[in-house]
Amino acid sequence: MRLSDEFSPARWWGMVLKEFLQLRRDRLTFAMIIGIPLAQLALFGFAINTDPKQMPMAIISADGSDITRTIISTMKGSGYFRIVGELPSEEAGRRALAQGEVLFVLTIPAGFTRSLLRGEHPSLLLEADATDPTATGMALASVTQLSHSVSVKDLTGPLAALAGGEPPFRILVHRLYNPEGISSYNIVPGIMGVILTLMMVLMTGLAITRERERGTMENLLAMPVRPLEVMTGKLVPYIAIGMIQSTIIFLAARLIFNVPFTGSVVTMYLAAFLFVIANLTVGMTISSLAQNQLQAMQLTMFYFLPNMLLSGFMFPFHGMPRWAQILGNLLPLTYFNRLIRGIFLKGSTLPLLWPNIWPLLLFTLIMMAIAVKFYRKTLD
Amino acid sequence: MNADLAIQVSGLNKHFGDRHAVRDLSLQVRRGEIFGFLGPNGSGKTTTIRMLCGLLLPDTGSGACLGYDILRESAGIKRRVGYMTQKFSYWDDLTVRENLDFAARMYGIPRRREVVDRALEGLGLTNRSRQLTGALSGGWKQRLALAASLLHDPELLLLDEPTAGVDPAARRDFWEELHSLSARGISVLVSTHYMDEAERCHKLAYIASGKLLAQGSAAEIIHAQGLTTWLLRGNDLTGLSRKLQGLPGVLQTVLFGAMLHASGTDGLLLESTLRAITADSCCRMERFETSLEDIFIYMMNRVDTPGTNAP
Repeated sequence: MRLSDEFSPARWWGMVLKEFLQLRRDRLTFAMIIGIPLAQLALFGFAINTDPKQMPMAIISADGSDITRTIISTMKGSGYFRIVGELPSEEAGRRALAQGEVLFVLTIPAGFTRSLLRGEHPSLLLEADATDPTATGMALASVTQLSHSVSVKDLTGPLAALAGGEPPFRILVHRLYNPEGISSYNIVPGIMGVILTLMMVLMTGLAITRERERGTMENLLAMPVRPLEVMTGKLVPYIAIGMIQSTIIFLAARLIFNVPFTGSVVTMYLAAFLFVIANLTVGMTISSLAQNQLQAMQLTMFYFLPNMLLSGFMFPFHGMPRWAQILGNLLPLTYFNRLIRGIFLKGSTLPLLWPNIWPLLLFTLIMMAIAVKFYRKTLD
Repeated sequence: MNADLAIQVSGLNKHFGDRHAVRDLSLQVRRGEIFGFLGPNGSGKTTTIRMLCGLLLPDTGSGACLGYDILRESAGIKRRVGYMTQKFSYWDDLTVRENLDFAARMYGIPRRREVVDRALEGLGLTNRSRQLTGALSGGWKQRLALAASLLHDPELLLLDEPTAGVDPAARRDFWEELHSLSARGISVLVSTHYMDEAERCHKLAYIASGKLLAQGSAAEIIHAQGLTTWLLRGNDLTGLSRKLQGLPGVLQTVLFGAMLHASGTDGLLLESTLRAITADSCCRMERFETSLEDIFIYMMNRVDTPGTNAP
């Protein structure tokens, strides 16, 4: 009976065929085989940019002259800055930075041009949102070259005397919110959102499919319990888990990573609560769509990847091309990252955070409607 | 609507994609009756039961369960019906008590603790109430499921193959319980594959390929088919069975261990054929009362549609 011990190509081929047959029937896995590499290629190849260009900048100008216009156009020419408009006051500038509408505010003081012409070496103020040091780092580095290049190009004729030697003006750079440019200040609060996304979506995604897979769903459906009771009843424990996880990350950020916390703890928990709910509704939707627990896990991964890559967690949001930013704007993690970083580093209060709160609420409502619509009241 | 009827449905149809799982099914079950629901695997028994308790919506048809419309009032049905699924569907990772307690809460039963305690006592599981349900044997799980479906004092029990995979002693106990429930006025619709169980029902229905083929008491069903059956004993019954097939008057032969049942609708023709065959072999033959099993095999073979075995 030695024969049966040997490697049989026919048997082996039978095994290979069986695997292919099963793979072909498992449409979701098949979709992932094709979809994940394509999605990853698109994201890493096109969307992700660690040297982001075209970052929004606002200008507070008290002095408009040919020279200031030249300075601004030279900054634009570097490719790092995109002028989004003028702001009336310093407070307006701070608010725009805190809300994340702009990453830079350039202030041109009154009498700058006159001062420059007199050879007094005046200063421009460039304030930067340094929450994410990788986003602003290169741009700020480019600025130091700026005064030299402006002077060489434009100071001709009688002004040529100003060229050469000490630059005719200085640019003061203020790195706000994260002056030392410590990247863990940016990453650690962001981890809260990433972990909550993964855990909340996965756990609720499995919650209902588990019932379906084990056959206990039929029992549940035969009992006089309403779908809303089943769904919300299942959510409560996960809300508690989400809040515990938020607390753990908050404590770790403060005690281990020494991330500064300038906002209010209540606001942070409120933001975490809203975000947990938003993710639970995604989990519920997945739960209703997936046939079994494996599919629920695959769908979770499908949802998690773009969240991780397009939300501004790993890579600067403003460095992504427009289409990727639009996609990113559909994801709750994008808003939560802004909220949590705003609360940690910028001390943002609720009114300032509102532009990032209402999209979360809207997302939750839409997802909830989808989840309830797809919840199967019968076994059909 | 007849108040005597626990279930009254007519013209039920259900499709799953291309498959016509239930065809024009009509059913009447009287209150307090044990109604046996028989048919091969994939014949539409489970689908029918699920439509009765509001878990599936029929494509067409209408009817009522305990006076509640099966299309619109499934909430009312769920409150008054006890349903036991084919596959054990309580939570393996809850203890026996936790499962009963959960069911009691879902039905909003007053004085829950007392009711659960009584159920545990009735089950004889008081000592094991803290045990995980997943650790129970098949027979115990089945008893737990029955006890749980009885917690809210339902007027109608829908039992989907409750005794599949349960040993004979536990099956006997189970049926005794069903009869005492029926004596208390609870109606029971139970699907089964076992002929001895079928014989213990007050009324029977037989379904094959989604079609209801017969309905009535066991005697009525047997009588309605007009089969005559002879019992043959002897050597090489397998060979004899093969020989008999296709001979005049022989519609069906079924081998039961050391006995062969030969049936046909034309009693005289069947008898003369059998006498001719047995004369030159060492077989003995005797007249036999057609059994339910003969009838069901006969009906199953007469369904001309190809059998699909999907559930």
